[in-house]
Amino acid sequence: MMDFFTPNVYSYLAVSALMFALGAVGVMTRRNGIVVFMCIELMLNAVNLALITFSRMHNDPAGSILVFFVMCVAAAEAVVGLSIVLAIFRNKLNIDINQVNIFKW
Amino acid sequence: MVSLESLIVLLPLLGAVIIGLGGLANAAFRKQEGLIGWLASAMVLIPFGIVLTRFFGYQNMPLSFSLFSWMQAGGLDISFSYKLDDLSLPMMLVVTGVGALIHIYSIGYMHKDPGFYKFFAYLNLFIFAMSNLIMADNLVVMFLGWEGVGLCSYLLIGFWYTDMIKAEAAQKAFIVNRIGDFAMLVAMFLIYQMFGTLDFSLINAEAANPVAEAAGNRYFWITLLVFVAATGKSAQIPLFTWLPDAMAGPTPVSALIHAATMVTAGIYLIVRLNPLFLASPEVLMVIVVIAALTSVMAALTAIAQNDIKKVLAYSTVSQLGFMFMALGAGAFTTAIFHVITHAFFKACLFLGSGSVIHAMEHAHAAEDPQDIRTMGNLGKDMKSTSLTFWISTLAIAGIPGLAGFFSKDEILSSLFFNGFENQVYFAVWAVGLFTAILTAFYMTRLAWLTFNGKARYKTGAHIHESAPLMTIPLWILAVLAVLGGYIGLPYLIGHGEFHLFNHWLGDLVVNRDLHHALEEHAVFEYLLLALAFIVSIGTVLFARNLYSKHDLAADDKVKGFFGKFYGVMAGKFFWDELYDTILVRPFAWIGSKLLRPFESDGVDGIVTGAGSAVAGIGEVFRRLQSGLVSNYMVLISGGVLLVLTYLIFG
Repeated sequence: MMDFFTPNVYSYLAVSALMFALGAVGVMTRRNGIVVFMCIELMLNAVNLALITFSRMHNDPAGSILVFFVMCVAAAEAVVGLSIVLAIFRNKLNIDINQVNIFKW
Repeated sequence: MVSLESLIVLLPLLGAVIIGLGGLANAAFRKQEGLIGWLASAMVLIPFGIVLTRFFGYQNMPLSFSLFSWMQAGGLDISFSYKLDDLSLPMMLVVTGVGALIHIYSIGYMHKDPGFYKFFAYLNLFIFAMSNLIMADNLVVMFLGWEGVGLCSYLLIGFWYTDMIKAEAAQKAFIVNRIGDFAMLVAMFLIYQMFGTLDFSLINAEAANPVAEAAGNRYFWITLLVFVAATGKSAQIPLFTWLPDAMAGPTPVSALIHAATMVTAGIYLIVRLNPLFLASPEVLMVIVVIAALTSVMAALTAIAQNDIKKVLAYSTVSQLGFMFMALGAGAFTTAIFHVITHAFFKACLFLGSGSVIHAMEHAHAAEDPQDIRTMGNLGKDMKSTSLTFWISTLAIAGIPGLAGFFSKDEILSSLFFNGFENQVYFAVWAVGLFTAILTAFYMTRLAWLTFNGKARYKTGAHIHESAPLMTIPLWILAVLAVLGGYIGLPYLIGHGEFHLFNHWLGDLVVNRDLHHALEEHAVFEYLLLALAFIVSIGTVLFARNLYSKHDLAADDKVKGFFGKFYGVMAGKFFWDELYDTILVRPFAWIGSKLLRPFESDGVDGIVTGAGSAVAGIGEVFRRLQSGLVSNYMVLISGGVLLVLTYLIFG
């Protein structure tokens, strides 16, 4: 029985898609480095949610396992990314990523 | 499995690598002259010992050994295989024996030279290449050695490369040799096309096959090209011009490479392929004529030279001409015989001249330590050098009883007896005899002006005899120059029964059969021998009297005798000028004309055009790189969306 308020596969996927879209829009529009960064994390977690959903749906643990990899990589990436943001701040005294463009033509 | 024989090739290579790399890596090692010199000498002496035991233990069975397979393609299978047989054994004896003596001599000669280690590394490398050339079982390995000795020759001529003249002499040698090498390559292609193999034994077996002979002169181009290759390496007209210039190298190099061993490579190769040559009499005729011209031309030039090494260089060209005359007469064993005797006395002469130059330099006795006009009476202070030099001079002049007499007489007599078949050989014989007279003359002149007569160097200069390290090799070579000829006694003594050398070479090298002519005209054999006696002794005595009476002024008498022609002789027959006019300068002119349209505009145009085209395209597309992360993100997302759309709906 399809009931709008009963959680099912589609609601999980809808949340995942919404989160991903939010993250993507945030990355595209925001200029603050940390916010952009947070948006990326949001996208990653959206993907994680989708993976878990499909994993349960197909009764295949591979998707769940992949989520752990994603989390590990995200953690490592957070370290690197925050260091970069810090380095940018030291040079520019702000973290506006649109000003980090010295390699531009 | 490394057999003892393979050490003959491997040890000199090992020596070259150790000394070369060690010297490059470690400055302290470079100073160890004794260590380097004796190590290098040992790397030649041990192979000499091995060759010696194999020579005396020879059982008429060629010793073959193979290191590894080099290349394989279809039916072609080239491997590093070597063969010690009747022909390569005596050649190897000469190369390693004379080579070892010259190594030892060089320890004294190159003393305190900054490039000491380099010199010995090159010398060892040369011995390696030469052993490859001689012992190779197929043409490709032979060619490896052929190129290798050319490389070593180049490196050693230009050993003192800071002197521009010497560097240029090295380049000249290399480039002129390249022409011959090209002919060699083409000859190898033709041989492979015709025989389907590059193995000496198979080629020779095929060529000696009488059925194949009926096909006429199908070997004409092969043999002609091999001969062209030989003219490059063995300094015959038209490619001999590099050899006199090659004297720019250190004197031991001149002795080893440019007199005793490398320059005989061409002769050796022709003897190796003797069935091919025997089957193409037209090419033998070409060889004999070119050889006669080279020989007499070089001998005439030698008379008018005043540089001690230049005289010896032209003498070498002339003697190589003698060897080629023997080849042209189909007397292959005789050519090798002369190669061996020549190696002894010419190495001794060169080393003797080195000893003289060394002493002259040391005493600062003259501006140019090689000019015989500023020498004279050196024999007073240099007993060993003078004596050995005189012995070798008499040997090369053909004084009976010494080595040169036997081999040269054999060459002349084989030319003469060929004349009964083909009259051209009579003319060549006459030229050869004339050259022999000239040889005796200019060698006596050289020895006399150097060691006897009045001293013409700076008064007060103290000439010293060289160290025993240098004189002992001289004496050994001088003894060989005396005794070396007895391995080949003339035909008239027991109808060739006592010609040990011919017996040794046996079936491997087949000479043109002159038995008939020899038996029929036996009386000429005595006449020729008598002529050789008179001519050699007479000329030496004549030259000695002339120069002892007039000293240096005797050159004016020679000048008067030859008249205007003397200028041509002193100018070395203007070969260099000729090549300069007909080859070098036209090429330089064409080059200067083609430089702009082809190089500056053509090639450079294409290269810079490609560069600016890329730059122009980049100018357009670099606008895409805004530097704004959001822009990139939009583009990426758009791209992903497009791809997804295509995948889902496409």
